[in-house]
Amino acid sequence: MTDRDATLGALAQPPADRFRFVHVVHRNYLVWRQLLGSALVGHLADPLLWLVGFGFGIGSLLPTVGGLTYLEFLGSGMLCYSVMNSASFEALYSAFTRLKHQRTWEGILHAPMTVTDIVVGEWVWAALKGALSGAAILLVMAGLGLVKSFAALWLLPIMLLVGLAFSGIALVVTALAKSYDLFTYYFSLFVMPMMLVSGVFFPAEQLPAVVRIAGELLPLSHATALARGLAVGAPLDNVAMHLLVIAIYAALGLVFANNLIGKRLTK
Amino acid sequence: MLKVDGLRKRYGDLEVVRGVSLRVARGTCFGLLGPNGAGKTTTLRCCLGLTTPDSGTIELAGVPVPARAREARARVGVVPQFDNLDPDFTVTENLVMYGRYFGLSRRECEAQVERLLVFAGLGDKAKSPIESLSGGMKRRLTLARAMINDPQILFMDEPTTGLDPQARHLVWDRLKTLLTEGRTLILTTHFMDEAQRLCDRVAIMDKGVIIAEDAPHALIDREIEPAVIEVYGEGVEAWFENAGKRLAERSELAGDTAFCYCHDPAPLLKSLEGLGELRSLRRSANLEDVFLKLTGRDLRD
Repeated sequence: MTDRDATLGALAQPPADRFRFVHVVHRNYLVWRQLLGSALVGHLADPLLWLVGFGFGIGSLLPTVGGLTYLEFLGSGMLCYSVMNSASFEALYSAFTRLKHQRTWEGILHAPMTVTDIVVGEWVWAALKGALSGAAILLVMAGLGLVKSFAALWLLPIMLLVGLAFSGIALVVTALAKSYDLFTYYFSLFVMPMMLVSGVFFPAEQLPAVVRIAGELLPLSHATALARGLAVGAPLDNVAMHLLVIAIYAALGLVFANNLIGKRLTK
Repeated sequence: MLKVDGLRKRYGDLEVVRGVSLRVARGTCFGLLGPNGAGKTTTLRCCLGLTTPDSGTIELAGVPVPARAREARARVGVVPQFDNLDPDFTVTENLVMYGRYFGLSRRECEAQVERLLVFAGLGDKAKSPIESLSGGMKRRLTLARAMINDPQILFMDEPTTGLDPQARHLVWDRLKTLLTEGRTLILTTHFMDEAQRLCDRVAIMDKGVIIAEDAPHALIDREIEPAVIEVYGEGVEAWFENAGKRLAERSELAGDTAFCYCHDPAPLLKSLEGLGELRSLRRSANLEDVFLKLTGRDLRD
């Protein structure tokens, strides 16, 4: 080693810790902070309009739904819808932009970062965004007097888990996408039908058995069951099973997304 | 700094890198030249550990790749072929955020921003959004960004493609500065004058293999006659058949232009006298002649 070697590359100590993915979360947070206004409007206005419009509109026509007022019922459904929607949008449209159009991930890979750092970072970031949207709905529900107990605070970590499930699935779709078009299909053919069979707008109990079972295999129905139990005090059982189903989707989504995005970025 | 042996990489039925070996010495500039699809970018991606070769060994900055690619990349700067600056950040934010990926603290990154911006000729652009920069400025910012970790080696994939002559000369000037600082440069380019000007050694790659490698002037001396006469105009074919072909040591009629390579151009020039309708250009042989001789004139895309 010459003197020159000792000075050149003096900063060349690669980050060795397992938390390198935090840099990806941090990057996305910094961008999000700049666009805070439109981000908040986008993620709050939509579910809030549904909540207020349908909740008061249809709610005034209905007696009760499974022992809840319709506003209580819909509020807890909207909370989950909001987490799902926000996490999905981020992990589809925004992540795809960083993958393809801005080549952000390519740039990050030129640094001492790995595909897994990027995928975990995006997975966590989209889930955080989802949980934040859900938390805002929870706050509005509390303001409307819909939240019955402090048990609702359990929803904060649960919403993060729900966010991880939907961001995981969405990242798999992003990994396979050639253009934004695929995401329209994803919403129309997967997200919308799932909402209709998962007890977001109306109970799933009266649906035909086969449709009900399909709903129970998907993560959203488990999220709504938990939200309804914890936020507005509906009867709640099988908590462990609900959490397990959501966690399985989160984990499988991450594993497949990591694999597929790895193949795409390092072919 | 870089040792590559027997590198091979296949995509489906097409083997795009077919046994590439090369050495790049510390503090030198190495140019990888070749037509589109020659396998240059794939070779660079393998060297950086961004794709795993089917066979062959790579050692970059003293560590094996891809086994310890992350460690190698900590000592390397990369200027990619396509711009990937973060459009949502300012110039300074781009540099600071990129340093964070190297595990540098915010303070360490910020301490370097001013120096790097002066280096890139962007001293007054610290707070500018990316979209306000010209193509040349973006390229220079990408170069500055690649310097955030004080790299020993810089990889550049077509660093001046799409730049105007002023911007290109500024980039060349900066690259020479990096060489005098003792850094190693590895670049791909389509511009033979760029390679001739900057590179200590060049390798010409075609169809996945290196077909020639040497110092640029040595390649020119070895591969090609020192003088070139280009002739075009009405009647060039007749002149070529009657005189050009016979008087040149090597010659070629490409489209409507005759290229005649020789040691002594006098007889050729004499044969053109009085042929007013023919236009001719006399020049010295350059790296582009070598490149075209070795890779042919056929279009590759």
